[in-house]
Amino acid sequence: MKHNIYVYIFIMAAVIYLIRLLPLTLIRKKITNRTLRSFLFYVPYVTLAVMTFPAILEATGSIWSGLAALIAGILLSYLGVSLFGVAVCSCAVVFIVELILKAF
Amino acid sequence: MFIADKHQFKVDFYLQSCTMLKVIKLTENLKWYKKGLRDGIPIALGYFAVAFTLGITAKNAGLTAFQAMLAAGLTNASAGGYAAFSLISEDAGYLEMALTQLVVNARYLLMACALSQKLSPKTSTLHRSLIAFDVTDEVFGISVSVKGTLNPFYNYGAMTVAIPGWALGTFFGVIMGNILPQSIVIALSVGLYGMFLAIIIPPARKNKIIAGIVIISMVLSFVFKILPVISGISEGMRIIILTVAISLLAAILFPVDDEENRKDGEKNEA
Repeated sequence: MKHNIYVYIFIMAAVIYLIRLLPLTLIRKKITNRTLRSFLFYVPYVTLAVMTFPAILEATGSIWSGLAALIAGILLSYLGVSLFGVAVCSCAVVFIVELILKAF
Repeated sequence: MFIADKHQFKVDFYLQSCTMLKVIKLTENLKWYKKGLRDGIPIALGYFAVAFTLGITAKNAGLTAFQAMLAAGLTNASAGGYAAFSLISEDAGYLEMALTQLVVNARYLLMACALSQKLSPKTSTLHRSLIAFDVTDEVFGISVSVKGTLNPFYNYGAMTVAIPGWALGTFFGVIMGNILPQSIVIALSVGLYGMFLAIIIPPARKNKIIAGIVIISMVLSFVFKILPVISGISEGMRIIILTVAISLLAAILFPVDDEENRKDGEKNEA
């Protein structure tokens, strides 16, 4: 049996939306439990760090341009460059390093 | 006559203050909307590039440009999208599709929980339902980094550019395939990671505990990636396991009190 693509799309959209909707609408109060609150406080830092590394090394054509982007990103963020600035500079660094790598 | 005037004055004053409050609220919302729009632009650009490759996957799975755009615009999920298109190409069952999406996207459940604490308890169900539509890694990332409580209009601003960026990137990925120069697609693909760094590094600079946790997270993420058996676990699952384990351990070892939480919120802005 060939499945309908629109049904697939509906199912995936519904499942993803519910995953996002339920916590946001059901948890309405500030959580008072200290451990739970601390847990949720740390979640963004851990999850973003885990997603960034080592994935950034594999995102580009070579490990070297990815590594250059990682170092540039950390350095610029550390110096307080804006979100947009860091994003654009990381891209520029990859573009340049890739050009240099191709030249050799 | 005099009394009536006085009464009229009171009514006028009341109405005026109501209008003024509304205007203040409106300009406040507009300010947040614009801020979200501005922070959303790098996300939209990154999305466009990443979605381009998602579009190519969709095309290979047999979807039309419209179907791919619809799927992308309704789900706003990258890993979920890739998983879905490969399931469609295999003509997998509907239940399998639902379960796969549940597992691949379970990290959004954690993010939505964390985001619920960033909102004012007074935030209406309508606002909550609208924000929920675009809780992605990136939009979540910028939402938690705003100072103090989150105004839903900040998310609306980001969504205004992020959702079309994702959907149109997928659309053009299907119809144009590999027209965009490879060097540009590659360069754009790190933009999202650059943004993640811009979110986590400044607080880590000021708070040693966060710095330690960021380093440990990256090291363990790397270890999980290369260890023989564990690396077989899907990426989505790895993110969930590591996030839960590390955050829980950090919460037990270094619980934060409200004071610290607030200070960090302010620090993030700097």
